[in-house]
Amino acid sequence: MRAKLRKGYFGQFGGQFAPETLMFALEELEREYSKARQDKKFKVELNYYLKDFAGRPTPLYLAPNLSKSLKRIKVYLKREDLLHTGAHKINNTLGQVLLARRMKKQRIIAETGAGQHGVATATVAALFNMSCDIYMGEEDIARQSLNVFRMKMLGAKVIPVNSGSKTLKDATSEAIRDWVTNVTTTHYIIGSIIGPYPFPMIVRDFQSIIGKEARQQILKIEKKLPDYLVACVGGGSNSIGLFNPFFNDRLVKFIGIEAAGKGVDSNKHAASLLKGRTGVLHGSKMKVLQDNFGQIKIAHSIAPGLDYPGVGPEHCFYQAIKRAQYFAVTDKQALEGFEMLSRLEGIIPALEPAHAIYFLKNLAKLAKSGSVVILCLSGRGDKDVMSVSKILNYD
Amino acid sequence: MTNRINLKFSKLKKANKKALIVYIMAGVPNINFSQKLVLALEQNGVDLVELGVPFSDPLADGPIIQQAGTRALKHAVNIAAVFSLAKRIRAKTQIPLILMLYYNLILHLGEEKFCKQAKFSGIDGLIVPDLPIEEAQSLKRTCRKNNLATIFFVTPTSSFKRVKRAIFASTGFIYYISRTGVTGKKTKLADTLKAQIRQIRRISKKPVCVGFGINSQEQVRAINRIADGCIIGSAVVAWTLKNIEQNKMIDNISKFVRSLNV
Repeated sequence: MRAKLRKGYFGQFGGQFAPETLMFALEELEREYSKARQDKKFKVELNYYLKDFAGRPTPLYLAPNLSKSLKRIKVYLKREDLLHTGAHKINNTLGQVLLARRMKKQRIIAETGAGQHGVATATVAALFNMSCDIYMGEEDIARQSLNVFRMKMLGAKVIPVNSGSKTLKDATSEAIRDWVTNVTTTHYIIGSIIGPYPFPMIVRDFQSIIGKEARQQILKIEKKLPDYLVACVGGGSNSIGLFNPFFNDRLVKFIGIEAAGKGVDSNKHAASLLKGRTGVLHGSKMKVLQDNFGQIKIAHSIAPGLDYPGVGPEHCFYQAIKRAQYFAVTDKQALEGFEMLSRLEGIIPALEPAHAIYFLKNLAKLAKSGSVVILCLSGRGDKDVMSVSKILNYD
Repeated sequence: MTNRINLKFSKLKKANKKALIVYIMAGVPNINFSQKLVLALEQNGVDLVELGVPFSDPLADGPIIQQAGTRALKHAVNIAAVFSLAKRIRAKTQIPLILMLYYNLILHLGEEKFCKQAKFSGIDGLIVPDLPIEEAQSLKRTCRKNNLATIFFVTPTSSFKRVKRAIFASTGFIYYISRTGVTGKKTKLADTLKAQIRQIRRISKKPVCVGFGINSQEQVRAINRIADGCIIGSAVVAWTLKNIEQNKMIDNISKFVRSLNV
């Protein structure tokens, strides 16, 4: 089912809250995308790059030691961390760069938080020889210096953003301003299922490969559908990619994990679904962290990829119709998840999915014994090792 | 019910004059100053005033208005403060006041409540840069009920279909954006400007005013030859920011605005 009732909306969320200057580009993108979707050549080309360049399909790996230690549940990891560039972001950037080529746009821009989307964008820009500017908050530049270097190495320009919270929110605003200015020559590759329609749909479609593969794989291995899908939610692209293809499988429960930062009752978290209220940010109506006057609050999470005060409209819709349940995990607990997977399975996860990994401990208590769980391991932890080493001490 | 914006434009038309519209960021450097500034602007030939409401994430604004907004937010200038500013201005003058603000600030209060409070505060119209016509249907209805004008944008990238929609949906005047991009950056007027304004003229008698990046008498003169008025935003805000420590700020801004008036 396409979870959409009126054009551009997921229930009461979504829409196109964009400056008039961008409307023609959004219309063009929608037109071009619907043409591309029906074009066999586009599909073949995208699949070729997904397979031979990015490394799809990714394995669905039964985590034996983790499952054993959790006792009551059987955990499969969808290994998006094994993709080229180290995270699920490349699924979307490959699709969008091919769209940009169809629209004859020569320049690519993107925003990035953790730097994963920035690296994935810089990578496809290098592949197709396009000029590429990446907007990144100064605070993120400081805590993700490795990814900054990778982007530069790939030939992209990294533009520091020093307004507001100096993180993903402000990088996104700045990228949109650039797009408003250079809209006729530039395509904006948004990194999550946010932004004005058709972005939330396009990014969702490109990320749905995660869930489509996982569904086939689990049916082959377990001969049945899973009981739970678990994934972290910042803007929400890896989780929607996993969830969406299971939308009509009513018995499969979706669990999204937001970042509780220093606690959802503190002022330092990024739990937009649990603590936000309906608002408009970056072109879309969604749950947003805001103050008593409608000003957007600054989010906080140890994981830069979750450090965003809003959440994609499709998640807001899933929450409203109770198709998915959302919980939050703190910085401290995420670090525990980070160590847990590293020690037990020999897989160092990114801090973002480390939130979801920690939650498995709670799920193991709630779930029926023998439940089968698929967790989206959206990225690998190389980028976080530096910042984690400043917190954890192994001497 | 007549609206002060419409009255002003018909008056200008009778006198064969063009409108000078100035945007200021409410509460920079403070609310008292803004009140004095609006009165001074009126005395120096400004016909309509746009009151900018600071927002944490102003997508359509360049660095100057962003900076002004950040400053205002630090001094706790919220929507309630802007409404009370409007009330105080309205007690002294009938100059048309238009709120320019981002949609989340309206949604947060609720459209009904927002429009009622705006009307009660003596506001005459709304400009919402992140609300295209498609998303504005209910706000338009609520504005009409409260005698508030809704002003929409036409840009160089608007298709003919969208131009027609903007014209149809706009009351008060039509806001023509002189170029792609955010507010404030220097402008070379787009070649399409003349042709597009002519196109609007063929369809509608509503006034068309041109804004974004206008800061010289030369530009004002060129625009007034083809449109019904100019909107000056960042240039005046920049003057405010630059003179923030000086007690002659109002005199300096007045002088600048007078220099634009032709």
